[in-house]
Amino acid sequence: MYHQKTLAELAAMLEAGDVTSVELTQAFLDRIKQYDGELNSFITVTEAQALAHAKAADEKRAAGNAGPLTGIPIAHKDIFCTLDVKTTCGSKMLDNFDAPYNATVVEKLLAAGVVMLGKTNMDEFAMGSSNETSFYGPVKNPWNTNAVPGGSSGGSASCVAARLAPASTGTDTGGSIRQPASLCGITGLKPTYGRVSRYGMIAFASSLDQAGPMAHTAEDCAIMLNAMAGFDPRDSTSLDKAVPDYTADLNKPLAGLKIGLPREYFGEGLDAGVAGVVNTAIEQYRKMGAEIIDITLPNTHLAVPVYYVVAPAECSSNLSRFDGVRFGHRCDDPKDLEDMYKRSRGEGFGAEVKRRIMVGTYALSAGYYDAYYIKAQQLRRMISDDFSKAFEQVDVIMGPASPETAFNIGEKSDDPISMYLSDIYTIAVNLAGLPGISIPAGFSNNMPVGLQIIARHFDESRLLNVAHQYQQNTDWHKQSPDAFA
Amino acid sequence: MEWETVIGLEIHAQLRTKSKIFSSASTAYGAEPNTQACAVDLGLPGVLPVVNAEAIRMAAKFGLATGSNVAKRSVFARKNYFYPDLPKGYQISQMDLPIVESGNIEIELEDGTKKTVGITRAHLEEDAGKSLHEDFHGLTGIDLNRAGTPLLEIVSEPDMRSAKEAVAYMKKIHSLVQYLDICDGNMAEGSFRCDANVSVRPKGQKEFGTRAELKNINSFRFVERAINIEVERQIDLIEDGGEVVQETRLYDADKNETRSMRSKEEANDYRYFPDPDLLPVILDDAYLEEVRATLPELPEARRQRFVTEFELSDYDAGILTSSRAMADYFEATVAATSSDAKTVANWIMGDLSSRLNKEDIDITQSPVSSAMLATLLNKIADKTISGKMAKDVFNGLWNNEGDVDGIIDKMGGGQITDDAAIEAMIDEVIANSPGQLEQYRSGKDKLFGYFVGQVMKASQGKANPALVNGMLKKKLNG
Repeated sequence: MYHQKTLAELAAMLEAGDVTSVELTQAFLDRIKQYDGELNSFITVTEAQALAHAKAADEKRAAGNAGPLTGIPIAHKDIFCTLDVKTTCGSKMLDNFDAPYNATVVEKLLAAGVVMLGKTNMDEFAMGSSNETSFYGPVKNPWNTNAVPGGSSGGSASCVAARLAPASTGTDTGGSIRQPASLCGITGLKPTYGRVSRYGMIAFASSLDQAGPMAHTAEDCAIMLNAMAGFDPRDSTSLDKAVPDYTADLNKPLAGLKIGLPREYFGEGLDAGVAGVVNTAIEQYRKMGAEIIDITLPNTHLAVPVYYVVAPAECSSNLSRFDGVRFGHRCDDPKDLEDMYKRSRGEGFGAEVKRRIMVGTYALSAGYYDAYYIKAQQLRRMISDDFSKAFEQVDVIMGPASPETAFNIGEKSDDPISMYLSDIYTIAVNLAGLPGISIPAGFSNNMPVGLQIIARHFDESRLLNVAHQYQQNTDWHKQSPDAFA
Repeated sequence: MEWETVIGLEIHAQLRTKSKIFSSASTAYGAEPNTQACAVDLGLPGVLPVVNAEAIRMAAKFGLATGSNVAKRSVFARKNYFYPDLPKGYQISQMDLPIVESGNIEIELEDGTKKTVGITRAHLEEDAGKSLHEDFHGLTGIDLNRAGTPLLEIVSEPDMRSAKEAVAYMKKIHSLVQYLDICDGNMAEGSFRCDANVSVRPKGQKEFGTRAELKNINSFRFVERAINIEVERQIDLIEDGGEVVQETRLYDADKNETRSMRSKEEANDYRYFPDPDLLPVILDDAYLEEVRATLPELPEARRQRFVTEFELSDYDAGILTSSRAMADYFEATVAATSSDAKTVANWIMGDLSSRLNKEDIDITQSPVSSAMLATLLNKIADKTISGKMAKDVFNGLWNNEGDVDGIIDKMGGGQITDDAAIEAMIDEVIANSPGQLEQYRSGKDKLFGYFVGQVMKASQGKANPALVNGMLKKKLNG
């Protein structure tokens, strides 16, 4: 059936005329209807719009104007603003928010001909690693519906893993694409900071946020990234740098590839089962001709504390615009301005968002700014320098994407520190602005394990090539949960 | 005890870019509320700022014109606070690394003494919107048209020692930003406004006294009055045994008093940090040289040129170049008239200026254009009209009664320069004044004025006074 195919295979079928976009879209909409009640991976399903766009895509193809993504149905994380479809960011604050414009990512994919199936569930304002902070309820992991899918792009990961969509968009501030991809057994790419426009993507931490594709294979991610990447004059932090064809280098042989293994990524805190799967994957790379080199990223232990100063500081300011004045939730019958601010924000934001706003406000306050924010920026530079040094020696760095497989819903909700440590291997990559990918590498206790690969700035082609070659030699990415067959 | 006043000014000059500092919405003044606010100005979720290169260029111009250091690298920062007309919950400004630092400007006081005032810094920032309290019963309306308008905040050193010095400085900056064409200087519309930091100290004391910040003063007159009243308040307070507290005070022009808005303790912690949505602004030498090449002739240079080129006094040249618009008006008039530059200067500084002041309008809004004034002066030069008649024609022009020729016609034509006609009038006057003639001839010279008056009266004021004088003298002396 269609849903067991990769995006690339579906594109070939559309091209060959074996299926229409309307048929494909209907098939995935049917699956969403059938299974999403259990998974809760979508906040909004846009059936009518999807079918209309699918019809338009078929017409475009008939007219001979189709590209590789024309007619492919996908899902967007509900952090991307979409015209005519509400954008909630997983928050009560934006439960009533209709953006008057499309995010650049949405616009670019629309221009490439994709069909939007709906908007996926996520941790509130992308703050979380389990998708439990969403105002719209937790998302379930298709491999075990008692377990979390990871976060914050939990809905985007879960719906692809359950094959309710062939691909989705996600965003990654500290691991929000790679960690759920790992926990759900799919492929998720966080591009280099500046590669994909942030315009229209509701900001969590501006210096860390980056959008990327989530799909079954590296090839699918490459096809998606081809459409998503590029300079945007509306985003000053996007880089005016040519976008290569990310599918061009997928089949380059890996002989001579130098893979660095940071010893800090294999120490205390790493689950033994996960370590075993990752080591096996690395063994596979050695067989494929790569050279494995031990490296050190000595400031790794600083990544989580630095992140939890920088990200909350930026979010405390980014989320100030949610004040009940122009859009979003406003409390009933405010008695004065201050009351309106306090109650609108108090009612509109969930506990984790409030926690981070408070931490960030504190870190930026007079008398603390130097000790926290400035210090964190200095350490961030050191963390980044660690990677630069490592990349003098190696082409890519590999390790686990997450220290453990998916934990159970509720297991860490009351322990934010333990939750924050879920992103210990992914956060440094955001701090350094590097591209990283998580690919399925096996199972531990019947739950998926992701292998993380990190490359130099703007070296997504290499990253996708290295991931693709693994997927040509293994079939972990082809596994799907029996309950959602 | 003798007290010394210490004043520093923070001037907000609205830059005259076509679009806003971080969005493409128009900056035009006076549109219907919220019609010039785009998604970026509204601070909608997901939007991002992109800096307007023109605003950067204008700030650089100001820096170069004041001998300041224009930073090769400056950084936008967020100033965080909640206010309903501040859409994002923060204002994008510059804190640690402003675009302009360490300049100075020379001011001249009424008595002619000159003084240099230091410019600490000038930084770029966005303006907020406006809260509208009228027309909304029990509610507040928000107009975001102004949100995102580019401002250059120019911060002086505490170098001024009197309200008059503060006004002279403010006028100098006002003139400069208009010369540079970076601000329209319109104070009524709020394009140019200032806050004043005021303190007093016993004369001779080195340390500064505690200062109060007077907010948002939008005319030269109010600056002077607000500072004087505040200085008086501080001195009275100290002499009565009290202490000045550091606070922000609002000047109430109607009551001519300042009153406390908020104390230092109540002040916001703005939690400044570099805006992660914007890259540092990097300017290189080539760029700065290119901007320098576009600088217009500045007031001081123009004043010196006026002295040499038009042979004006230093004083006249100073007044004429005090605003770019007036200097332009002067030069345009000189170019279009056969009259000499000194006459043009006298007309502009005399009749025109007093009329402008009386009606409180700017020279750019003068109903008498430079071309009209030039034509008028030509009529004096070619003796079509006398200087006295010219004043009436000027009034006619001011009141839109027609062009120069039309108004002269309405007045019954130009002056009489026909010798024969004047001679006939003189003969008649002499014939009708035998007594006066006798007295004059017997030595009463003063009566000459009487005869001139009679002839002018007979000509209904139109006889050329010089001709009348010459011919009359000959006749009387017989």
